Amino acid sequence: MTGAPILSVTDLKKHFQVRRGLLQRTIAEIKAVDGVSFALAAGETLCLVGESGCGKSTVGRLILRLIDATSGDIVFKGESITTLSREAMRDKRQRLQIVFQDPYASLNPRLTAGTIVGEPLENFDRLGRVEREGRVKALLARVGLGADALNKYPFEFSGGQRQRLGIARALALSPAVIVADEPVSALDVSVQAQVLNLMMDLQEELGLAYLFISHDLGVVEHIADRVAVMYLGRIVEIGQKEELFARPRHPYTRALISAAPLPDPGAKRERIVLEGDVPSPMTPPSGCHFHTRCPFAVARCRAEYPELRSDGGAHRFACHLDL
Amino acid sequence: MTAPLLDVKDLKTHFFNADGVTRAVDGLSFTVAPQETVGIVGESGCGKTVTALSILQLLPPRLGRIVGGRILFEGADLTALSEGQLRGVRGNRIGMIFQEPMTSLNPVLSIGHQIAEAVRIHKGASASAARARATQMLDLVKIPDAARRLDDYPHQFSGGMRQRVMIAMALACDPKMLIADEPTTALDVTIQAQVLKLMLELKAKTGAAIVLITHDLGVVAETCQRVVVMYAGRKVEEAPVGQLFAQPAHPYTRGLLASIARGKAGARARRLKEIPGMVPSLREPIVGCAFAPRCQFAIDACRAQLPGLRPVAGEPQHQAACLRIGEVLAS
Repeated sequence: MTGAPILSVTDLKKHFQVRRGLLQRTIAEIKAVDGVSFALAAGETLCLVGESGCGKSTVGRLILRLIDATSGDIVFKGESITTLSREAMRDKRQRLQIVFQDPYASLNPRLTAGTIVGEPLENFDRLGRVEREGRVKALLARVGLGADALNKYPFEFSGGQRQRLGIARALALSPAVIVADEPVSALDVSVQAQVLNLMMDLQEELGLAYLFISHDLGVVEHIADRVAVMYLGRIVEIGQKEELFARPRHPYTRALISAAPLPDPGAKRERIVLEGDVPSPMTPPSGCHFHTRCPFAVARCRAEYPELRSDGGAHRFACHLDL
Repeated sequence: MTAPLLDVKDLKTHFFNADGVTRAVDGLSFTVAPQETVGIVGESGCGKTVTALSILQLLPPRLGRIVGGRILFEGADLTALSEGQLRGVRGNRIGMIFQEPMTSLNPVLSIGHQIAEAVRIHKGASASAARARATQMLDLVKIPDAARRLDDYPHQFSGGMRQRVMIAMALACDPKMLIADEPTTALDVTIQAQVLKLMLELKAKTGAAIVLITHDLGVVAETCQRVVVMYAGRKVEEAPVGQLFAQPAHPYTRGLLASIARGKAGARARRLKEIPGMVPSLREPIVGCAFAPRCQFAIDACRAQLPGLRPVAGEPQHQAACLRIGEVLAS
């Protein structure tokens, strides 16, 4: 990574209170995100991977300030946005956008594609009507939707086309960073390829940085520059994609990589099948959160949380052991 | 070769609603041998789930109907059975697992009750014998502390555990065949690995054949012996699993395999192969090969008439519905 990061988060935490009963007393706390730090360089793709409930989507929402952090700091373009007012934050979101997993749920069904993509322009850009229309058409064309898309409603598009529409909307104000939360998970594999290609092309053209949130390691290995693996609210390993996939240092990363089914029946490899389920984030295990499922766990793992460490390089992992 | 356990012949299942007919499955044939694991793969809307529902005759009443073909299971045509006779097959001779275990389990009955119910009804077991069987099944699917968890309700189990319960229920009556429709799609990848491993272990133990319906070619590669690839309600290719991945002969299968994102360590993300265009509407009758509009090999003859299945490279077990197999393989 060179130069100052365009986006960085430091010790980000989000604790949700679980309330019960008439008095809504707090009975427990879910540490959805529990001390996450990373930096994203301009034009880079950082993938956040992990299984359901690991907190990866919460990180995305915290960055956009769709929800407020419990503690920690988010710095975008050199300025802390953690405590910006709603008004000031709205301004920042011109350059910091999000694409959601389910494009159907995140597009207003009563608006035409033209209005959906044009709305951010209307809100922020002082363009004339004609100019704006031209820009909307150009955006739709850029994401591969024809001119006839302009007056169609979301239900008239296929899943892949709707995701293109979501991307066009995110691009309308020329953002520098896009948080993409499982953008291709709901799509069929042949359509996934179309959308991933589009995202890579746009990145090259516009110098976008992506925080790409996904559970699919195949997709991650394809699109990432760097990868951060999350487990129960914390990053357990982070590093360059090539290094992380070739030599994963955390046992969870290893299990995750080995568990992903490969479309190659001849592939001979050692499959690590983890025992048990992900523990509830309400009652995370002591010490290293992963010790309950880790085949290598020793006494120290149960007692002491391993901090992220490195072997000198940028590849860091949170494990007491040298695997 | 022994007689197939399941023999689906020219199955046509259509859906009828106010604005027309949807040809969800349009002339599908395949067989499943005893103890075999056959995968049915394809993308959304290709008819793979409708195929499963047709075999079990669980199509939505009035909307969906089998309009042609036969489904022979253990020699009897399931399409000709009465509802009463079918009840003796479903859950008894053929077990089922669906994608979302939470919606297929009854939330207000304990899981012990739900497993035992099938055993009581199909096998005429006494309440205590059925309960013992339920405990045994939960043990078999490796639910810790099975006897105690018998009285728990579905919401007290995690997603992976619920899918284990579904498997226990599906296998409780010793079925000859298990139909699993996207059994691991809703699960996290480490849990998916557990459930797939379990399914294969149990299959080896019980000798049940499995029809595995999935969109995930990775899952197919790791679990199935034979694969049927569907596109727009039809079978476009069928092959032993090794053959299919080593030498895919239908342009759609090729496109599907090429479009899977698989990072190549070292290289900066390269463009993925896309399949241009979209799946055709099943509302209109499709003349010729359904894939022709998206196919780089298509010639006029492809659009003129439906290509029949033909053997690939002299392998009778490997068939593709394509006129241009030679060109595809040479490319």
